[in-house]
Amino acid sequence: MQLILETTAAAQTQALGARVAQSLREGDILALVGDLGAGKTTFTQGLAHGLGIRAAITSPTFVLINRYRDGQGRTLHHADCYRLADAPVEMWDAGLGDLFAGDDIVVVEWADRIPSLLPEEFLEIAFAYLDEDRRQICLTAHGARYVTLLQHLEKNAD
Amino acid sequence: MSLILAIETSCDETAAAVIEDGHRIRSNVVASQIELHRPYGGVFPEIASRQHVFDIVPVVEAALAEAGVSWEQLAALAVTRGPGLAGSLLVGVNAAKAIAWSRGLPILAMNHLEGHLYSNWLDEGGKIAAAAITRPSPAELDAAGQAFPLLVLIVSGGHSELVLMRGHGRYARLGATLDDAAGEAFDKVARLLGLSYPGGPAVQRAAEGGNPAAFDFPRALTHYAIQPEHRFNFSFSGLKTAVLRQVRELGGDPAVLPIADLAASFQAAVVDVLVRKTADAAQAYGVSRICVCGGVAANQALRQAVTERLPVPASIPPFFLCTDNAAMIGAAAHYRLLSDGPSALDFDVEPNLALQFDL
Repeated sequence: MQLILETTAAAQTQALGARVAQSLREGDILALVGDLGAGKTTFTQGLAHGLGIRAAITSPTFVLINRYRDGQGRTLHHADCYRLADAPVEMWDAGLGDLFAGDDIVVVEWADRIPSLLPEEFLEIAFAYLDEDRRQICLTAHGARYVTLLQHLEKNAD
Repeated sequence: MSLILAIETSCDETAAAVIEDGHRIRSNVVASQIELHRPYGGVFPEIASRQHVFDIVPVVEAALAEAGVSWEQLAALAVTRGPGLAGSLLVGVNAAKAIAWSRGLPILAMNHLEGHLYSNWLDEGGKIAAAAITRPSPAELDAAGQAFPLLVLIVSGGHSELVLMRGHGRYARLGATLDDAAGEAFDKVARLLGLSYPGGPAVQRAAEGGNPAAFDFPRALTHYAIQPEHRFNFSFSGLKTAVLRQVRELGGDPAVLPIADLAASFQAAVVDVLVRKTADAAQAYGVSRICVCGGVAANQALRQAVTERLPVPASIPPFFLCTDNAAMIGAAAHYRLLSDGPSALDFDVEPNLALQFDL
């Protein structure tokens, strides 16, 4: 299952993140794909806000994985594979494999750099830059859990 | 005379220093891991903590030997507990706790950012050329009761913040980055331009001879009338994207790109935003001194702009105190010991530690 949306401002990309947050449950994995500046971190900021996280969500490129506690005591891990040369091995070393197997919510930016590390089931979110303000966002379910998630998301859109 | 041994292992430098009376550097030892992390285009956490384990004991011993100080002469021990990489912080904190417990020394659990705030307070001991110190130094101003309020711009790979110091240990955050830190923007743009890691020195070198006005890159959040709540906040994510778009527009081949002009124009945009916001905050809060610190404070264009374009005198530390070091932790710890006394031994590392703001 796939949903294709278009946002016309950063605030809309954040709002989409907040909506996705409402459909999330523990253990969910979001794989974000898209060029620099396509909206991945902006989306994650909205998602964190939707989870009730009050801390500022800044780029995890520097530390590879940032960790936040949400309003219900759940943990969000925000990972970034951008700067790594051999990302699957290096992110595994950094503990991302363990996080995928765990019960926390995990958002990974530049997930296309770790195909061999991604589990079988996850939600892929691809961001494309259309112009300065507009972005195309394509959500693809990999596995039954994420089909349910997208259906939930579609239902809540109305 | 009060001597503090400080230990700092928050990221990729194993560091120890002995500081006298909060401002005199008796020794300052740093074992850098930069070559180990170069292949990764940034710090690799697991490798950093393993290397800290190897380096911590020799570095601490070297700091004491260089200072000519014995354990018995120390008033206290200080260590960075956060923010930083958990595995790295653990090495310094556990070493410091073991030393404090076995030697019966008071221990101070310090904030890395607070250390940067105090990097401009270090002024003497033959380690800094007298000409490099803006006179009177913050420590001298403090002795005369004229240091506060003090405005501090922290710019590094992990942080970009404007902090108002109303007194020792009394901080107000005026603004911070909403996305990428300034140093991170340098690293990412260096990558886009095919330059090496770390990005700061690489971009600076590439920008030499380039035209800083060749490309009109965005200065984010500088329209205060539209976004007054972001008057003192920073955003460097859009700037990075603008550089990427420009590189794509020009064909993207590093061999034919006008690298010098791109690097100079990017650098000018970062420096411009940092200096404009700092100047604005200095005027808004009526400070008589500004301190600039953190790794990006080593950037030559920023250093020049800081001396030329700010409305009040600005202190900026010598290069060796811009990057991570333990001397600044020792300086901050001196004032904390005076105001609050030592910490209990049961503190833990805090990877996401923020400054404690009292306003």
